[in-house]
Amino acid sequence: MTRLVAQTPCAGLLPVDIGTVRVTEAEPGPMHLVAPFRGQAKAVSAVLKDALGVGLPAPNRSQSADGVRALWVAPGQALLIGAEPPDLPGAAVSDLSDAYAVVEIAGADAAEVLARLVPVDLGVLKRGHTARTLIGHMTGSVTRLGAARFEMMVFRSMAGSLVHELTEAMEAMAARRALAARPD
Amino acid sequence: MRLTCPFSGDRDSREFSVRGGAVLERPEGEWSAEWDAYLHLRENPAGESREFWYHDPTGTWLIVTRNTVTHEVLSVEPAREPG
Repeated sequence: MTRLVAQTPCAGLLPVDIGTVRVTEAEPGPMHLVAPFRGQAKAVSAVLKDALGVGLPAPNRSQSADGVRALWVAPGQALLIGAEPPDLPGAAVSDLSDAYAVVEIAGADAAEVLARLVPVDLGVLKRGHTARTLIGHMTGSVTRLGAARFEMMVFRSMAGSLVHELTEAMEAMAARRALAARPD
Repeated sequence: MRLTCPFSGDRDSREFSVRGGAVLERPEGEWSAEWDAYLHLRENPAGESREFWYHDPTGTWLIVTRNTVTHEVLSVEPAREPG
């Protein structure tokens, strides 16, 4: 019988290390889009909070508790990451597990690399803040995980383009640093 | 041009698509001059205009009031009712 081997979206593409920056693939586990029906947001948030410890996040924010995360992606929509959702009669829930390529970029120049790809001032993002924006020409989410660590999410089909864009930006950044360090 | 989306905040125009004037009233009934105007005739105001703009990354419809002469953006509101 044919044995199918599960592959992550960035299998064979990551990790990449260039200059001071390292890009790795994250394995987010189960992922569901939760979109409460009109007037149900508070009730849905309460059920989620009871069951998993995270409620529906405010715009441009995320919540996390015990490895479970809720990420704002649009008005009235959140991505629940890392756990199966409880029964939510007040919301439309779509299983998006494996639908996103999720990568982490870390290192001293991570923010500078992203500044070449993302038209949002990432300096204003604090830890746990998220921006739904463009990465290169792709729609995606950028979330700050730490001082020099960001998470990026694009649709799985764009994993190759994401790694390509990141690699180019990292190479350009590393070249710029090398040039600045060169003695005259 | 930059728009301050009521949800996402200050963003540049790459993230938005303009989707036409937010002024049209869809006519009722059979074909008439009103239908012809609805389909084909557009105002091109020099000055204040109300337009639909779409924020692509979040799929949010916005109503943008702006001045087409000075490029001043007067207001950005969500097109949907709250809730």
